[in-house]
Amino acid sequence: MKKFWLFSVVGRALVVIFCVMTAVFFLIRMVPGDPAKMILGEYSTQEALESMHHALGLDLPVGEQYIRFVQTLFTQGDTGNSIINGTSTRELIADRAPVTLLLIGMACALAIVIALVLATLAATHKDKLLDHVIRIFPTVTLGMPIFWVGILLILLLSVRLHWFPVGGVGEGWWGTLYSLTLPAITVALSQIPTLVRSLRAQMLEVLESDFVVTLKAARLPSRVILFKHVLRNAALPTLILLGVNISYLIGGTLVVEQVFGIKGIGSLLFSSISKRDFPVIQGIALYCAVSVVIISLLIEILTRWLDPRTKGKP
Amino acid sequence: MKMIGTEPRLYEEHLNPTLMNRILKIPSLLVGGAMFAVLIILAVSIPFISPYDPSEQNLSAFLQPPSAEHWLGTDQLGRDLFTRLIYAARTDLSIMVLAEIVPFCMGILLGMLAGYYGKWVDKIISLITDTFIAFPFYLIVIIVAFASGAGERGIYITFMLVGWIVFARVVRGLSASYRKQEWVASAQTLGLPGIRIILRHLLPNVLPQAVVVLMTDMVGLLVAIVTLGYLGIGIAPPTPDWGTMISDGQSFITTAWWLSAVPGFAVVYTGIALSLVGDGLADLWRKK
Repeated sequence: MKKFWLFSVVGRALVVIFCVMTAVFFLIRMVPGDPAKMILGEYSTQEALESMHHALGLDLPVGEQYIRFVQTLFTQGDTGNSIINGTSTRELIADRAPVTLLLIGMACALAIVIALVLATLAATHKDKLLDHVIRIFPTVTLGMPIFWVGILLILLLSVRLHWFPVGGVGEGWWGTLYSLTLPAITVALSQIPTLVRSLRAQMLEVLESDFVVTLKAARLPSRVILFKHVLRNAALPTLILLGVNISYLIGGTLVVEQVFGIKGIGSLLFSSISKRDFPVIQGIALYCAVSVVIISLLIEILTRWLDPRTKGKP
Repeated sequence: MKMIGTEPRLYEEHLNPTLMNRILKIPSLLVGGAMFAVLIILAVSIPFISPYDPSEQNLSAFLQPPSAEHWLGTDQLGRDLFTRLIYAARTDLSIMVLAEIVPFCMGILLGMLAGYYGKWVDKIISLITDTFIAFPFYLIVIIVAFASGAGERGIYITFMLVGWIVFARVVRGLSASYRKQEWVASAQTLGLPGIRIILRHLLPNVLPQAVVVLMTDMVGLLVAIVTLGYLGIGIAPPTPDWGTMISDGQSFITTAWWLSAVPGFAVVYTGIALSLVGDGLADLWRKK
């Protein structure tokens, strides 16, 4: 088993992807209500409903619908064409993805840097005032709606202090990065509490471990111990945590895009929802979920590769 | 929690007269409990405190700053903000509690089944949780809430679908570790049926941890309800809800910033209260 861990991990991810695919198919069918009726409205005629059923392929038996769904998925790589303008879902998503991905990347980077700084401060000042202040953070921020944090940041940093634009995406390289800074801070703020909490515990464990005690006894400067030994040992857990949280990160980004008026996947999702564009909604759900599975898989492989202790474990 | 060979009978402590003393020694439980109690008392007694109706418009008194007459000012339709805030607490908190019942029970049951029986039962339940976890929480919440129709019903359906996973994961881990302990083995040797062991012996032991998780999860659920309201697929106006209040106030951010800020603080307040209670309960059940 030890040798084949890679196969078993990849195999499991493939099974989950298959389940995700099936879930996306049934998601729309599981919930009460007729999609055709939602598209056409409450007072649509019977003929209109039937032709919409036909257009969506809903008049076929469920098994056949599922086969058609899987076929389009493998031949075109998406969930069919938009029922509003006929563009393929893949193109629509690919068009919007860069902004969202950039935002997620910036938020990730910010979250890691800030969380590492705070966790280091808390761990090195254990049970002192600074530690207590930092530890209150998770309790306070747990109940903060991410969109509300965004609104407050706009009020404070954009409206009052004029440091950042109120919304939208700027022109060019620098303009884009600059206009995405505030949204990225907002998304990062929602991730930092969990990161800090676990990182602090992780660092305390390392700080109190035998090898650090030995290094201290050897009179190595505490700066060297911290940056060379403790931080290195805390890096892996950070990576794992980010893997666990990536799904929250994506979800939060979709909502934050709405607050700042960024035309990314989030705004595509909401415009598709208001137009009842089912294939696009399904496509977004599928792409997001599959990316989460693949990212978790990569992180799992990376951790096992970096940390030989976990290699043999299932 | 220390793993010992005998069944840790946590539930008997409720009958213990020293329980009250121990509760009084846990500040987070006291403070959190008091904060939550204040909110509940306000929500229950608001019709007697406030002379205003939460949805009655008074266009001659719109966007007023806080004053003696209107403690937190009025919104763009002249409705008293404080009154709406507390009526919204009624809506949001009752939905929060009601929406949590089914997922809580379902998650505990499935978690115990997966943890106790292991093997294929565990494999299937784990596969389902892994599939659901792959979907970003807000993505699935938004899609299901929209598809099952905006409003209260949509919220209940959404959380029935996704809310149980957290409990199932925690309870599964606990049950799996208890299964290897002697008190479960001795119950099995006595020939007790699996379902009896699960309900009579496993359940009382996983329940405290599940309740601690419930407190944190309720905060997440409340934030989700508010987020749906903000996005316009949650509770429909004119029913007061913190989320729609924040979104209504967003247009007046430059002139009347408190319209958006105050409902958010109400959510944060509730969140702090619930997580303090959760921390306190964890302490109460951890200390022996």
